[in-house]
Amino acid sequence: MNSRFDQAAARNGTTRRDLVVGTALISGALLVGCSPADLMSAGAKTEVGAFGPFIRIAADGAVTVVSKHIEFGQGSHASLAAIVAEELDADWSRVSVEQSPANSKLYANTLMGVQGTGGSTAIANSWMQLRKAGAAARAMFTGAAAAAWKVPEAEITVKDGVVSHVASGKSAGFGALIQGAAAITPPAEPRLKSPEAFTLIGTDRVRRKDSLAKSTGQARYTQDVNLEGMLTAVVAHAPRFGAKVSGFDAAEARKVAGVVDVIQIPTGVAVVAKSTWAAIQGRNALKVTWDESKAEGRGSAELEAQYTDWAAGKGALPDKLKWESFESRGDAAAAGEGEVFEATFDFPFLAHASMEPMNCVAQVGGKGGTKLTFASQSQTIDQINTARIVGALPGSIQIETLFAGGSFGRRANFQSDFVTECVQIAKKVGKGTPVKLVWTREDDMAAGYFRPLTHHRVRVRLDKDGFPAAWTHRVVTQSLMKGSPLAPSGFDATTVEGAMGSPYLKATPAVDGQVLMPENGVPVLWWRSVGATHTAYVMEHTLDHLAKKAGRDPVAYRLALFEKAGAARHIAVLKLAAEKAGWGKPAPAGVTRGVAVHECFGSVVAQIAEVRLVDGNPKVGRVVTAIDCGTAISPDQIAAQMEGGTCFGLSAALHDEMIIKAGAVDRKNFDAYPVLRHSEAPKVETYILPSTNPPSGAGEPGVPVIAPAVANAVLAATGTGAFRLPMIRA
Amino acid sequence: MATSLEINGRTVQVEAAPDTPLLWVLREEVGLTGAKFGCGIGQCGACTVLANGAPVRSCSLPVSALSGMKITTIEGLGGTQPLQAAWVKLDVPQCGYCQTGQIMSAAALLASNPRPSDAEIDAAMEGNICRCGAYQRIHAAIQEAAQATGQATGQATAKSRA
Repeated sequence: MNSRFDQAAARNGTTRRDLVVGTALISGALLVGCSPADLMSAGAKTEVGAFGPFIRIAADGAVTVVSKHIEFGQGSHASLAAIVAEELDADWSRVSVEQSPANSKLYANTLMGVQGTGGSTAIANSWMQLRKAGAAARAMFTGAAAAAWKVPEAEITVKDGVVSHVASGKSAGFGALIQGAAAITPPAEPRLKSPEAFTLIGTDRVRRKDSLAKSTGQARYTQDVNLEGMLTAVVAHAPRFGAKVSGFDAAEARKVAGVVDVIQIPTGVAVVAKSTWAAIQGRNALKVTWDESKAEGRGSAELEAQYTDWAAGKGALPDKLKWESFESRGDAAAAGEGEVFEATFDFPFLAHASMEPMNCVAQVGGKGGTKLTFASQSQTIDQINTARIVGALPGSIQIETLFAGGSFGRRANFQSDFVTECVQIAKKVGKGTPVKLVWTREDDMAAGYFRPLTHHRVRVRLDKDGFPAAWTHRVVTQSLMKGSPLAPSGFDATTVEGAMGSPYLKATPAVDGQVLMPENGVPVLWWRSVGATHTAYVMEHTLDHLAKKAGRDPVAYRLALFEKAGAARHIAVLKLAAEKAGWGKPAPAGVTRGVAVHECFGSVVAQIAEVRLVDGNPKVGRVVTAIDCGTAISPDQIAAQMEGGTCFGLSAALHDEMIIKAGAVDRKNFDAYPVLRHSEAPKVETYILPSTNPPSGAGEPGVPVIAPAVANAVLAATGTGAFRLPMIRA
Repeated sequence: MATSLEINGRTVQVEAAPDTPLLWVLREEVGLTGAKFGCGIGQCGACTVLANGAPVRSCSLPVSALSGMKITTIEGLGGTQPLQAAWVKLDVPQCGYCQTGQIMSAAALLASNPRPSDAEIDAAMEGNICRCGAYQRIHAAIQEAAQATGQATGQATAKSRA
């Protein structure tokens, strides 16, 4: 191993210390006194200017904010820039955003310790970091002006990128003062504005910076990369999860005009060609035989039946599989006189199905080292996984992060699945030749990394006043974290978050919540809003069944439980949504309202959906949304996330269902896997609770609330609940 | 065997095999990457371009079928077209990947029906998937563009959403 790293070091010009660090990292050892970011940035070479890693200011005064986070629709590029611009008092119209290189030391997500975007943390983790960066740069300009004009620094003001001293009548733009400012040592703890002094944050001036590029075809995605001498690869993948190549015949594939090579890689057989169409044609002509001896043989139906049995206490558990308690108090099994609600809930596997199928461009073996050009959601993990294949230091792996055509969690996984597939091909092609891996829609759908198929079993006994006295909850689902470096020793909280810690459980005297995390061969992953994709549905739909049994209004019933649990933010958003929706007032003819409230990623969202039944199926019209996400940076983009998140959640409520049959994906394209379309989109109104708390998430919290709100409207209209998603099965 | 196409007002001879889908010819031979690859079977609309003014899914149309036709891609709209202006004004795009196809479908709609009703917008846009769920703003931007165009030409404004 060492000789491999010595060679790598020689190529990359790294130091002996970097080498030790990198070796330790890759072999899984820990070095005392080194942070993970230090370890993983070993070998990195990133130039940092006078204003630090997040800000560059040009001679003409234009400000560039460097975003460590990918932009995949969530709008954080503009909001991150606005945080800097606010503290810097920059001219917002002259602020642009640039994507940072991969460097886990300079650009770590402060809540993750490595560079990456997820968990709706982009704004939350950057908030203080970027405020300080902006304020420090501002102080450098005021210091430079004070020195140049020989006036007291305290008398200097900055507005829209112009530094002024009123008494002397002097003023200058950032550009004119840049040399003096750059020479000043930035203060370590610069003075930050108080929220009342914000002039940009929280206003409708904080708008996207990429709308024009994305409306003219000029925005650059991985699919659009076209480098000199680039080849395109399409891979024949195993039909069943866990199958391996046993042999292949490439004779016909090689005859296809434009096909350059056919290469076996760990995940299949790659056809490398001069164009995407040639690569696809080559793959069509390829004959591969598969060793399925270790492949998964079960499907969705078998897994669901098994999970249902286990949750009901039927059948023995396999070795080492055991129930883990996530919340427990009192005796939930004790008998009582109140009414009992009992139900099971079933959720299918779900594909992320981003509009841009997974893809990557890699160059390996050239003079410049290894370079990846693609939409990386977790740069550090992608660097580590790439480094293992090419034998280099993680930090030396260059990544140019592009816009992503959606992700919804799919692009971040511990295996860097599509990235390493591309790197394996590029390594075999060698010589630094750029290789673009293109997955077709079918490849993307069949690759797995789904929201896991999940089963819940709930039994709630009410007290004499109609409130929950005892709550028994069983969840059966695959762990998302198992086998990862972040795997917990006990249960995986991502499987139960949203049930665990729910104010409804908090308000219940006796609780017995347990989770079972069986394994199977289908790779699973976080899917926009993660555990809440199923827990919010179960908790919120159960609540309306309980309210019905108790003979109470669903909003009043929730408010009473939130009161018992001390959930003040839930109360505030629910009251706001109820008021704006006209809850309690008659709905339009044929319309029924449904409510749901859920907290995730630090934000609380309440929604009231207006639903009509058309041919027995729910059609959603107006959706009133109230969110508490702390300080709102861009109200317009928060609204956009509520609109989009609602559509994403509604798609899963009505249509999305990945079916596995005998270990193979049965639905590989949008003809078989219907998703929400234009005519079904609701009209979402968003109301943001005023707050000066630090900002929390907006990208995911808008997703999980709509499904139970719709189910609750249907329950109110028909008296029948919905215990399986999707509601409309293809 | 070369195929002759008129793309954004320019005559282009393309060398790709006749069965090559128009999408790959546009993206990899002509160098116009605004039309996107999403599904390859004409189900998602990300590849939408206009052929003689009608919206077509370029991922599943062999280039030979388009010989002599006038092809318009997003690059041919010019960037300040009323739909594009409305898209920017309302910050419609999120990830943005589907938006060029959305705009091309909307352009075909407004060209044939300058004042579409809500139901007509729904019908015309049903073939374009947006997984980010920007549908509400897409709908509003089409109305906005129709209104702006209508005002410019003295027509009545678009029917508003009920």
